Amino acid sequence: MPAVTETLDTVQSVTQSGYKWGFETAIEMDLAPKGLNEDIIRLISVRKQEPEWMLEWRLKAYAAWLKMEEPHWARVDHPPIDYQDLHYYAAPKKKPGPKSLDEVDPELLRTYEKLGIPLKERALLAGVDPDTVQQTQVAVDAVFDSVSVATTFRETLRKAGVIFCPISEAVREHPELVQQYLGSVVPVADNFFAALNSAVFTDGSFVFIPKGVRCPMELSTYFRINARSTGQFERTLIIAEAGSHVSYLEGCTAPQRDENQLHAAVVELVALDDAQIKYSTVQNWYPGDSEGKGGIYNFVTKRGACRGARSKISWTQVETGSAITWKYPSCILQGDDSVGEFYSVAVTNNYQQADTGTKMIHIGKGTRSTIISKGISAGHSNNTYRGLVRMLPGAAHARNFTQCDSLLIGDRCGAHTVPYIESRNLTAKVEHEATTSKIAEDQLFYCRQRGLSEEDAVGLIVNGFCKDVLKELPMEFAVEAQKLLAVSLEGSVG
Amino acid sequence: MSATLTGSAGFLAKFETLQGRLPGDSNMRAAAAAAFRAAGLPGGTQHQRRLESWKYTSLRPVAEARFAPDAPPRHEVETILSGLALLDAPRLVFVDGAYRADLSQPPAIGFASFAEQAEMGTLTWPDREPMVALNTMLASDGASLHVSADQDGGVVQLVSLATRDIDIHPRHCIRLDPGAQLTLLEVSAGQGTYLLNTVAEFHVAEGARLTHVRLQDEASTAFHVSTAYANVAKGGTYDSFTLNIGGRLSRTEVHAELAGVGAVVHLNAAQLLDRTQHGDFTTVIRHVAPNCTSRQTVKNVLSDRSRGVFQGRIEVARDAQKTDGYQMNQALLLSPQAEIDAKPELEIFADDVKCSHGTTVGELDAEQIFYLRSRGVPEHEARSILVRAFLAEALDAVANETVRAWLERSVETWWARRAV
Repeated sequence: MPAVTETLDTVQSVTQSGYKWGFETAIEMDLAPKGLNEDIIRLISVRKQEPEWMLEWRLKAYAAWLKMEEPHWARVDHPPIDYQDLHYYAAPKKKPGPKSLDEVDPELLRTYEKLGIPLKERALLAGVDPDTVQQTQVAVDAVFDSVSVATTFRETLRKAGVIFCPISEAVREHPELVQQYLGSVVPVADNFFAALNSAVFTDGSFVFIPKGVRCPMELSTYFRINARSTGQFERTLIIAEAGSHVSYLEGCTAPQRDENQLHAAVVELVALDDAQIKYSTVQNWYPGDSEGKGGIYNFVTKRGACRGARSKISWTQVETGSAITWKYPSCILQGDDSVGEFYSVAVTNNYQQADTGTKMIHIGKGTRSTIISKGISAGHSNNTYRGLVRMLPGAAHARNFTQCDSLLIGDRCGAHTVPYIESRNLTAKVEHEATTSKIAEDQLFYCRQRGLSEEDAVGLIVNGFCKDVLKELPMEFAVEAQKLLAVSLEGSVG
Repeated sequence: MSATLTGSAGFLAKFETLQGRLPGDSNMRAAAAAAFRAAGLPGGTQHQRRLESWKYTSLRPVAEARFAPDAPPRHEVETILSGLALLDAPRLVFVDGAYRADLSQPPAIGFASFAEQAEMGTLTWPDREPMVALNTMLASDGASLHVSADQDGGVVQLVSLATRDIDIHPRHCIRLDPGAQLTLLEVSAGQGTYLLNTVAEFHVAEGARLTHVRLQDEASTAFHVSTAYANVAKGGTYDSFTLNIGGRLSRTEVHAELAGVGAVVHLNAAQLLDRTQHGDFTTVIRHVAPNCTSRQTVKNVLSDRSRGVFQGRIEVARDAQKTDGYQMNQALLLSPQAEIDAKPELEIFADDVKCSHGTTVGELDAEQIFYLRSRGVPEHEARSILVRAFLAEALDAVANETVRAWLERSVETWWARRAV
């Protein structure tokens, strides 16, 4: 077959070009050549040992992507991205990092300290090469006991019938499920970044909760150990069968360095009758320095389909990182009486830009949605809430409540609210309110009077402002997120 | 307009024919024509690039309409005029776009028609707004009003009537010097399939006060597009209320800039729509100076298969500290086929501000209906009471009682022609 021949040729040519790590095994392979074309996609597919249908799916996405234009409607500003100047296959990552903590940016280490992250873990997060610091690896194992914990977890999940594995494994092991659901919520040509992701995704998770099963644990701790170096083009698919329940947590409160500037993830959730999915995110990718140099571009498509009656999808996000955040976790409320929720805290400081919000598409009868968004802007940053609530003609007695509050700290930043409200059903009720304010002088004064430093006072007030969202996070993360908010706003006052 | 061409091509052909005979700055017209040629009618053709500001309104029906300005009038001016029950106050009447001295009663303040003294003004953006470009290209008449310092201009009625299937592009410019006052009543009505595409600008100088009340009661087959720009200086007030009840498709767009310290802007409106009417009320309030206040209450009552649109943006610039902005937008759906699309936006760059907006969409409250019915009020009447109460909140903003009573009559007429 010509396709295979081509792939082989590519592999060969790359190998011959003296590529350092060669292609003998996946572990040793570091980077595919820069650029994006059909051969690279074939290469990814081959490396991932994917069946033919997966490759075809990727190529279809690639063909669609070629015809699409990068969206420019968001209130974000960045130099043009050269999509041919990126590596599309880079797993598993083994780039030469700092040899020891001494070589790590002291600024970063101070931040870890404030977040209360154990010393050994700090080294890993900062990207210190574990090969050179063997003891670090061991220490981390000691802290998290990753191997045994992971094994115990896997056993527990297996007994419950839950499938939780890397998406590429699911493509091989559970093709029928992947084929049925992949791209069913976010179609390959949904948008520019989703199409790109569909063509080249390499990492991500697959979760399947069978009928009536309540997932025995939050799929969070496991994830934190397992996905230390999450990829650039992540793909996550979560399927909750009738009556099942799962809580999934991604991300980490610790700031993470990553050499990949462009991140374009896609997350798809499917909830059948009476199923519930709770998806929590703490995003703290490198935001760039205080001058606005560097930082991650986080262009994410997240969407959940409440397919079944009385199903529920709840998104909670704390977004503090990335130079640019472009994400709109959404719910398609198709099943009658299904419920969608979106709780968001987005903090921007220095020169960060965030354009984030949600879409609630009410299709079924008696569907309900709640949107609580808290945006905090400081420094020279811009923070935009952009959301859509759409009541379709069939959404009888549907209900939406939206509250978007913005807090400005300093007079060089911007806070914007762009809600779209569309109703085509008279029995549907939509309520939207938005406010913009600053930290009140009297609140600050009150805290200062009681001996809190100005920064602590701001941290306290901001946490109060975000309380409605933070309380939706799983407990352990809520605590970390609170610290994170204060750290993210450092230097914004005084 | 050429009898054979419709849409953008038709308007451009009309410009080719009239070029050189139109009053005012010909360079500005040529530039506007270039801008309009590039942009076209918003949503006019299928493959056009969509403009975010026209997300919910497409002028496709305008693009498809055939205007015939040379045909004889189909309706009597007097009949239309008497139906409006105008106030006993100075009036400036324009029929099919041309000033009619015989029907007018000029005010004591400075007045000149655009045909005599073409003033294009300084506030408009033909390069950004296709319909403003269209107007700039084709405007042939309009009113230029000037109220001198500390003068009270009283009430002036600005009336636009259409009697034929015609495209009209009025251009108005209203200037209030420091401390001046004026109540401007703008009325548009007519018969036939016509397009009224008005551009108006309002200069409110220091401490001046302009009250602007509009009634859009166009023919049910007509298209109404209106773009207004207001600039309010230190301590000035631009207080406006718009009632949209007519037209097959209407778009009312207002750009108000609070340019001086302590300026006040009110952009209130009510839209009562039924049948297949489409009504779009779009506003941009720009807070440029500190300590300014803006208030907005917009109510939509939507019946049958009508569609209401509200887009309202409040912009607060860096230096506009201590801004106080409030916007309330509510829609009442009276029929299963009615639709509302709302986009209330905040764009804020100053930290010491108080800005908020609220939107509600829904039907009449069943409990309220029950309350009234339990007290012996028949259902139809109960609904009518509740809809009027809903509207009253917006109409209450009109302080002048004579004017408010006149608006309320139009609401009654609307009410009388339909059963809830």
